[in-house]
Amino acid sequence: MTVFQPRTAVLTGGLVVAALALSACGAAPDKASTGADGKSAASATSAADFGGLDALVKAAKKEGTLHAIALPRDWANYGALIDGFQKKYGIKVEVENPDGSSQDEINAVTSRKGQDRAPDVLDLGTSFALSAAQQGLLASYEVTAYDDIPEGQKDAQARWYNDYGGYISIGCDDKRVKTCPTSFKDLLKPEYKGQVALNGNPTKAAAAFAGVYAASLANGGSFDDIQPGLDFFARLKKNGNYTPVESTPATVEKGETPITIDWDYLNAGYADEFKSKGLDWKVVVPDDGMFSQYYSQAINKDAPHPAAARLWQEYLYGAEGQNLWLQGYARPVLMPAMEKAGTLDKDAAAKLPEVSGTPAFPSEDQQNKAKTVVAQGWGKAVSG
Amino acid sequence: MTVALTEAEPAPAAAPRQRRRRATGRLAVLPLLAFTGVAFGIPALAMLNGALTVKDPATGATSYSTANLSASLHGAYLTALIGSVKLSAVSAVLAAALGLPLAQTVVTSRFRALREAVLTAAGVLANFGGVPLAFAFVATLGNSGVLTRRLGLADKGWNLYSFWGLVIVYLYFLIPLMVLTITPALDGLRTQWREAARNNGATAFQYWRHVALPVLLPSLLGGLVLLFGSAFAAYATAAAMVGSAVPLVTLQIADAISGNVLVGQENVALALSLDMVLVAGLVMAVYLPLQRRSARWLA
Repeated sequence: MTVFQPRTAVLTGGLVVAALALSACGAAPDKASTGADGKSAASATSAADFGGLDALVKAAKKEGTLHAIALPRDWANYGALIDGFQKKYGIKVEVENPDGSSQDEINAVTSRKGQDRAPDVLDLGTSFALSAAQQGLLASYEVTAYDDIPEGQKDAQARWYNDYGGYISIGCDDKRVKTCPTSFKDLLKPEYKGQVALNGNPTKAAAAFAGVYAASLANGGSFDDIQPGLDFFARLKKNGNYTPVESTPATVEKGETPITIDWDYLNAGYADEFKSKGLDWKVVVPDDGMFSQYYSQAINKDAPHPAAARLWQEYLYGAEGQNLWLQGYARPVLMPAMEKAGTLDKDAAAKLPEVSGTPAFPSEDQQNKAKTVVAQGWGKAVSG
Repeated sequence: MTVALTEAEPAPAAAPRQRRRRATGRLAVLPLLAFTGVAFGIPALAMLNGALTVKDPATGATSYSTANLSASLHGAYLTALIGSVKLSAVSAVLAAALGLPLAQTVVTSRFRALREAVLTAAGVLANFGGVPLAFAFVATLGNSGVLTRRLGLADKGWNLYSFWGLVIVYLYFLIPLMVLTITPALDGLRTQWREAARNNGATAFQYWRHVALPVLLPSLLGGLVLLFGSAFAAYATAAAMVGSAVPLVTLQIADAISGNVLVGQENVALALSLDMVLVAGLVMAVYLPLQRRSARWLA
C-alpha cells in the first residue's frame, strides 16, 4: 500500500497546483471599449464625453454583456427593466446572486478587482454607496438626466445617485385579518396576535431598519432618536403581536405573515402578484410614521464592461426605465421632473399608495447613529 | 499510523530497505498535510488576520488591533454567543437523553427488521436539516401551520419561533444523530457483563450505574460533543425560521458579513467566527482526554 502513496502525493500536489493556477485565471482580458474619438469607456464621465449616446450604444453592443449583481426580478419591477434593456440593445444581462445584499455587492467588487467576473453596476443602500465612493470603488459618470435629480439625492462627483424608493407601508391580508390596521398604533391591538411581521432583521435588511425608523417616528421619536422604534417592537413582541417570521412573497402567499411592514412598492407588488390566487392584499402608508428612502445606482470603477455599465445607467434614468420602476410601484427619483416634462406614466402614478406631504430623509450621521442603536438593541427588544 | 507500523517491524538485516520504506511512509502523509494546509490552514490564517484587522470605513486604511475581538464579546454579539452555546447545550443534552434509551431499545430488540428500519431512518433524518426542515415545521407548527390550527395551539401559548421551538426542531435531527453515534457502543456492551452483574445480585440500576454507563461514557461524551457541534454550527434552519428572535452567533455572523444596514462589519464577523472556533476547541479539549482514557474499555 505504502508503495503507491508517493504517486498519490505527486498527483494530489499536482491537483493542488492546478487548482491554484486555475483560480488565478479570472484576470480581465485587455479589451478597452473606445468611443468615436478614441476615448475609453472606462474613463468617460458622461455620454457626451464619450462622443454621444450612439457611440456609447455601439461600444456597449460590442461588449455584449452586462454583469449585474443582487437584482431580484420581483423587486421594484427589476424583471421588466432587465428584459427591456436586453430587448432594446441586444445586450445580455447576467445577474449573479439576485437576493444578495449591499455588502455582498461591495465584497464582490473588492474581492474580484480587475477580474472579468466583477460586477459592472451596483444597486446600493445609500450609506453603502457613500462608503464605496469614499473607498474609491465607484466611477464618476453623469447620466444625461443628472441635473434633473433633486439635490441631496446625488453625489456631487456623480459617483452615485438615487434611483427609486418608497415609503414604509403596512400590507394586510384582508381575508385573514378582520379590520386592516392603518397606523402603527393600530398594530398594538390585541386582535393582531402573532400576525405582525417585518421584511427581515433590521440589523441586516434595509426595509426592516426603515420599519423601525418609521415606528420610532410614530411613537415620539425623531431622526436623531430611533429608540422609541425599538421600544415599539419590544412592546409588540411582549403583547404577542410580533411574529419573527421574515416576510417574503412565499410567507405572504401562505398567510404566515398576514400583516407585513415593508416598502410600499413590495407590498403593492404582492397585491398584484397574488390577486389571482385569491389573496386580497391591502396596502396603506401609515399616517403616523412616514418614512421614505431611496436606493442608489453606481458603476464599478473597474467594470469589466464599462460601456454597457454606462448605457445601463442611461436606460435606468431615461423615461422608459423610470416609468418601469413606477409600474412596479416604486417612486422613481426623476418623478417630479418627468411630471413637468409630461413623460410620466400617469396611470401608474395614480396607482401608488397615497401619501401626504413631502418626504424627509435622515442625514448620514443620524442614520449611522440609529444603526448602532438598532444593532445593539434589536436582539434585546425582540428575543425571548 | 503507517509510520508506527513500519517502525515496529523487526527486520534488522534489511536495514536500508526499511529506512526507505519508512521514508516513503512519511512521504505518504504529505498529501494529507498539504490538503490540510490548503483547505484548513489558509482559511484559518485568513480568519485570524481578518479578525485582528480594523478597517477605517471612510478611507479603507487598515491597521491591526483587537477592537473587533472585543466588539465580538460585547453587547448583542455576546448575547448571541451565549444564546448559541445555551441552545446547543440544551438541545445536545436533551437529544442524548432521549436518543440513548431509543438506541438501547433498538439494540436489544429481538426484531432485526426494527433495528434496520430505525437505523436507516436515523441515517436519513440525521441529514435532514436546513431550509427544508424549517419549512416542514413552519407548515406543521407555524402560526398558520396544520397542527397549530387544528389543535388551536396558538391560544395555548404555543410559539414555534422561540428558543424552545428551535430546540424541538433541532431535536428532530439531533436524536437520530445520537442514535447513530451511540449504537456501535451499545453493541459493544457484552451480554456476559449484564449476566455476571445479575448473578452477583446487582439490580438493573446498579448494573447501569457501575458497569454500563462508565463504559459508555466516552461514546456518550463523544456523541454529546458531536451534537453540540452540529447544533452550534447550524445556520440555515434557524435563519429561515426564527430570524432575529433567538439570538444566535451564526445569524449574527451572517448579518455582519452580508447586510444592507451596517457598513464595514466584515471583520467583526471574522472575530465572531474565531470565537466560535475557540468555543468548539474548548469543548473538544474536555472530551479528548476522557475519550482516550476510556477508549481502552471498548477496544
